Amino acid sequence: MGESKKLAEGASRDPPLGGGCSAKDHLVSHVQLAPEQLYGRMEERVQTVVCDHLTKIYGKSESKALDALSFSLSSRGIFVLIGRNGSGKTTLVRILATELEPTSGKATINGLDVVREARKLREKIAIVPQEARPIPWMTPLQTVRAYLLWRGLGYSEAKHRALQALEKLGLTKSCNELNRKLSGGMRRKVMVATVLSSEADVIFLDEPTTGLDPISRREFWATLREIGRERFTFLTTHYLEEAEELGDKIGILDRGRLIRMGTMKELRDSVSYNYSLKILSGPKEGIPAPETGETITGQDGNVMILTTENEAYRISRELVKQGLKFAVNPISLDDIFFYLARRKAGE
Amino acid sequence: MFSQILASILVNSIYEMQNFPVVLINTVLSPLSFLLVIVFVSHGSLLGEAIQGGFIMSMFSAGIGLQGDLSHLKNDFKLQDMVVSSPTSWQTYMFGMAISELVYSLPALLVLGVLAYYFMNLSVFGLLAFAGVLILMFLTSIAIGFTLSTFSTDIVQSFAFSRLISTLFSTIPPVYYPITYIPLPYRYIAYLSPTTYAAELAQNAAGYLPLSSTNATLDWIILIAVTVALFLVASTKARWVEI
Repeated sequence: MGESKKLAEGASRDPPLGGGCSAKDHLVSHVQLAPEQLYGRMEERVQTVVCDHLTKIYGKSESKALDALSFSLSSRGIFVLIGRNGSGKTTLVRILATELEPTSGKATINGLDVVREARKLREKIAIVPQEARPIPWMTPLQTVRAYLLWRGLGYSEAKHRALQALEKLGLTKSCNELNRKLSGGMRRKVMVATVLSSEADVIFLDEPTTGLDPISRREFWATLREIGRERFTFLTTHYLEEAEELGDKIGILDRGRLIRMGTMKELRDSVSYNYSLKILSGPKEGIPAPETGETITGQDGNVMILTTENEAYRISRELVKQGLKFAVNPISLDDIFFYLARRKAGE
Repeated sequence: MFSQILASILVNSIYEMQNFPVVLINTVLSPLSFLLVIVFVSHGSLLGEAIQGGFIMSMFSAGIGLQGDLSHLKNDFKLQDMVVSSPTSWQTYMFGMAISELVYSLPALLVLGVLAYYFMNLSVFGLLAFAGVLILMFLTSIAIGFTLSTFSTDIVQSFAFSRLISTLFSTIPPVYYPITYIPLPYRYIAYLSPTTYAAELAQNAAGYLPLSSTNATLDWIILIAVTVALFLVASTKARWVEI
């Protein structure tokens, strides 16, 4: 009854659809929160995720979505998990977010088991699943507030936190628009605002930028950086430049196994060569073999040479003489991923 | 827990009705449409039974609606995944969603209530029996709805479940008219549906259908047993965390 009354009061306080709103406009004095109360203190933000022989087999399938995956991650900021489609990224995130039970093995977040202590863990985590979108007939404010109510916050506090998160993500003017009237990028921001406004220590974002155009995606990165500054964010993507741009640490998942994990520098160091040459056109027969380095031919027939700086210079001159078009660059995550995934596959 | 229940009510009924008011018309018309057909065909003689049928179907539709809504929120918006990873338990989520379906049905129940007030004559005992029947119908339907929703993987599958439930539990059974209108061999088919027992008890409570005390007791036992059984199925078979 009490909550129904609050609902009636809250509904009457909501501005009409289409109007803007801000946390200040709707500040409820007794729930003013300091930033550290809302987001946690910096030193508390190192989070530990441990997987021990984590295996997932769906139904009677013979293939393993996760294959005895083991790793220990202690990090803050943004951890980006990259991998091809079907590499097991979403399966891992869903298991860690307690939505899916593993077939065998164990996973813990800050010491809490994702299966046995799921209930306790759920107070510490929040997720925006892959393909999640806000309900079209709700507004951003209603969306975020409802999520916070599900997390157990009171009506007034939920409203205040929702307004703060929406303001932080630049959605103040749109917070009373219907979600269906928002752009794709803004809808993603609404979803991110739900977890940002929560008290969760660990935030899972499963491919949050998939489907966004390149410009919107880059704009969205600023939002993700903002979250990473405040919470430990476990993010999956198949956009390698996104991982390079955002990841404080990066993990490379392939066929259910983690083939490498570290900072971008550590990943670069894991490959012996620091330059890549990509042959863009012309006959592949005359491409000089590197004295130091490796030549990789992709499934599409494109040739890439990973090598040292001096050798890259020498090969470049040869390629110029032959009139072949090519690009030479310091090694990127794209190259590392390609190199490691192929080496792991024994190709 | 109250705020978690409130969240379900807000998302699944209040916000939808507030921001998308056309759903209110559908909510009111749905149980009334069949009522009007029965009243016209019977030249008004089955008005009381039809009103009771409208009540029973409103309560039963809550489950059908719950199944569709839960599937929609789970598969199309991934909302359920977000709730699973939150402190809300499946029991609280289900309870909140069930209540939200009741809130959603309130406009129809209000119209039916007005009709019942003017055209039905229920004793206090009859009113209590009728209320009991409606509560059992509601519980039965939400148990079915919740269980099916956890198994549906897309909205098309969900629609298929909805149509099947609707046909099995509302179109075939004699909810809006007395079972005596069905020829005897086919009557046994109607007894496969819990809504038949609910309608019999409701019609008996209002004096439209005489039932021996043995038959009435048997109807109550069956209705309660079905409800309990469906809740047991829901609590053991329904999947909150995927395996």
